[in-house]
Amino acid sequence: MGDLAIRVEDLSKLYRIGLAASRHDTLRDAIADFGSKISRFARRPTASKLTTRNSSSDTFWALKEVSFEVKRGQVVGIIGRNGAGKSTLLKILARITEPTRGRAEIHGRVGSLLEVGTGFHPELTGRDNIYLNGAILGMKKVEIRRKFDEIVAFADLERFLDTPVKRYSSGMYVRLAFAVAAHLEPEILIVDEVLAVGDGSFQKKCLRKMEDVGKQGRTVLFVSHSMPAITRLCERAILLDKGSVLQDGPSDLVASSYLTSGLGTAAVREWVDPEKAPGGEVARLRAVRVKGQDGKTAETIDIGEPVFVEMEYDVIKPGYKLLAHLQFYNEVGVHAFSAHDVDPSWRRRPRPVGRYTSTVQVPGNLLSEGTMFVGAGLETLDPVMVEVYLLDLVAFHVTENLSSSHSARGDYAGKMGGVVRPLLKWSTKLNPQSD
Amino acid sequence: MSTKTNISPPFPSSLIERPVHAPIHVVQPSKGLFRLDLPATWHYRELLYFLVWRDIKVRYKQTVLGMGWAIIQPLMMMVVFTLVFSMFAKVPSDGLPYPIFAYAALLPWTYFSEAVSRSSGSVINDANLIEKIYFPRVLMPVAGVLTPLADFVPAFGILLGMMAWYGLSPSWNVFVLPAFLILALLTALSVSLWLSALNVRYRDVKHTVPFLVQLWLYASPVVYPVSLVPERWRVVYSLNPMAGVIEGFRWALLGKEGPDFMVMVVNASMVLVLLMGGLIYFRRMERTFADVI
Repeated sequence: MGDLAIRVEDLSKLYRIGLAASRHDTLRDAIADFGSKISRFARRPTASKLTTRNSSSDTFWALKEVSFEVKRGQVVGIIGRNGAGKSTLLKILARITEPTRGRAEIHGRVGSLLEVGTGFHPELTGRDNIYLNGAILGMKKVEIRRKFDEIVAFADLERFLDTPVKRYSSGMYVRLAFAVAAHLEPEILIVDEVLAVGDGSFQKKCLRKMEDVGKQGRTVLFVSHSMPAITRLCERAILLDKGSVLQDGPSDLVASSYLTSGLGTAAVREWVDPEKAPGGEVARLRAVRVKGQDGKTAETIDIGEPVFVEMEYDVIKPGYKLLAHLQFYNEVGVHAFSAHDVDPSWRRRPRPVGRYTSTVQVPGNLLSEGTMFVGAGLETLDPVMVEVYLLDLVAFHVTENLSSSHSARGDYAGKMGGVVRPLLKWSTKLNPQSD
Repeated sequence: MSTKTNISPPFPSSLIERPVHAPIHVVQPSKGLFRLDLPATWHYRELLYFLVWRDIKVRYKQTVLGMGWAIIQPLMMMVVFTLVFSMFAKVPSDGLPYPIFAYAALLPWTYFSEAVSRSSGSVINDANLIEKIYFPRVLMPVAGVLTPLADFVPAFGILLGMMAWYGLSPSWNVFVLPAFLILALLTALSVSLWLSALNVRYRDVKHTVPFLVQLWLYASPVVYPVSLVPERWRVVYSLNPMAGVIEGFRWALLGKEGPDFMVMVVNASMVLVLLMGGLIYFRRMERTFADVI
């Protein structure tokens, strides 16, 4: 066991569907539900019945019999699409929630970082919050005092130490929060997508810090949607899907099979076999692709450049008027916008059988930084029939090079937020007669 | 994807220095009723200190009167009670001046009601922490009953001032006062352990607490003396630990007739039972906090 850091055996977690939405907020509901609870207790699910949706209907397994081992000093990436069980796994290992079945052994002091700035209090100063946040993350007071100067220097916020953090910009806030977290020195570090925040140069600083953590021989479990970050930081990756381990191996292999399997949302999604292509009697979707200005498929688009999303589809029954459309969602599931094909060439015209390509151009300086998930749909007009409507088919990352000056950011370096970030026309002038 | 750099250590990981006795945590579904896990809780004592420190620091931020509020609340209650119950309703006060009779009770009462309101909401008010980080959750209700002690100190100072004004000097009994304060604290904690855990699942608790505290005030000898309670109800009445606390305060400070020793023993054992039950219930519910909150 000497080299072992984490051993996970048959870890499973059962959730009740809609627990968050329809939990018993009132005693009256609870009393009404009391009877059914007793009957549910009588037939607790058993291991042999581990299916995604339990047959007793209102439960599902967020994690199903997950097993793996992590050696001391390994940096392991956990990937998978939303709802694959990544966060549940981290929460169990971080002891925030209990597994329903199975066990995990953790050898060493665990530090978890599921969110930057957990427990920050807006009314307290930066100095106070360093102590508070440090203590919440599990540091001892003497330890925080010893590293205090280092933390402040890392965050680069010396001048604002005695300002309440509610007066901080979000960029400053994240910097301070990450600086505290980066100085946590557990033997095992569990990190959820925390690098998705902060500006580009600070993100790089954080990535370097994470690399150092790996080099110091500490064990790291790291969840991210960013495959470049995974392949850069981790030697090994575990791919989760529907609560189970689908693949476990060298990070570049796992990351690329994740992206091409259609599990992960890559820039391209194609259906080679027409039988398996989604669609109805009239039309079938054959491909959706994200392309850059140069016409090549692109996963990453600079914020100032246009992005082209292309739908390829077959019309297999002639004589119908068709509407192709795309749905854009950001990484937290906010519907940014819909785009409907308005090209007059085939608008409101019955279409003959054949292969069509519809491309939309999303201008530069419209979307925010982050990942956009694109869904596609095809429907006939009179009569209206939905032939295809699928979300999260392809994805692309909008990134920003801070040195470029053509974005809506101006001279601000912190987090901007918002679903869109249009470059708007501004005018500022000095009024000659002001009192 | 192109920027892959190899960061695996250039030497076997077994050569890296590490503590020989690394602690081993086992994460698995918990079994059994008694899982108090006190050593782990003790390990996090510094966090308890920081939680209390945070709440005290934040409490009077952006208020003009600041700590003044700690004094104003019991003082105003004393004035109102003196007007209503002493001057209008002519409630007796066992031969003591009514204002000081009321204030000596309001001192532990204000602490108690503040502790229960704070502590019963402690878990849901820090929902974010519950969802994102592990620590023994029991620290939250404990911090909730410790924080209002900060208000107790200045309010106690006022009482000493009032005693000087009325020419009352405390006897040696005053050294027993901490015992009564601890009884009030444990009573508040035992109630809050139940309420704070219930509050996670049933937000009804949030609406019940102010009402409960209000009722409890009239079930305790704050505005009236125990001597006013009919003899046949005394036994039931003395089951209320706060009655013991308040009588204890009046005895220790104002030299009123002492509380019955047996009643105090019954009170203390009741609180202990309630406290143990609350702890067990809290630890049981704690496992699902992150899923339900």
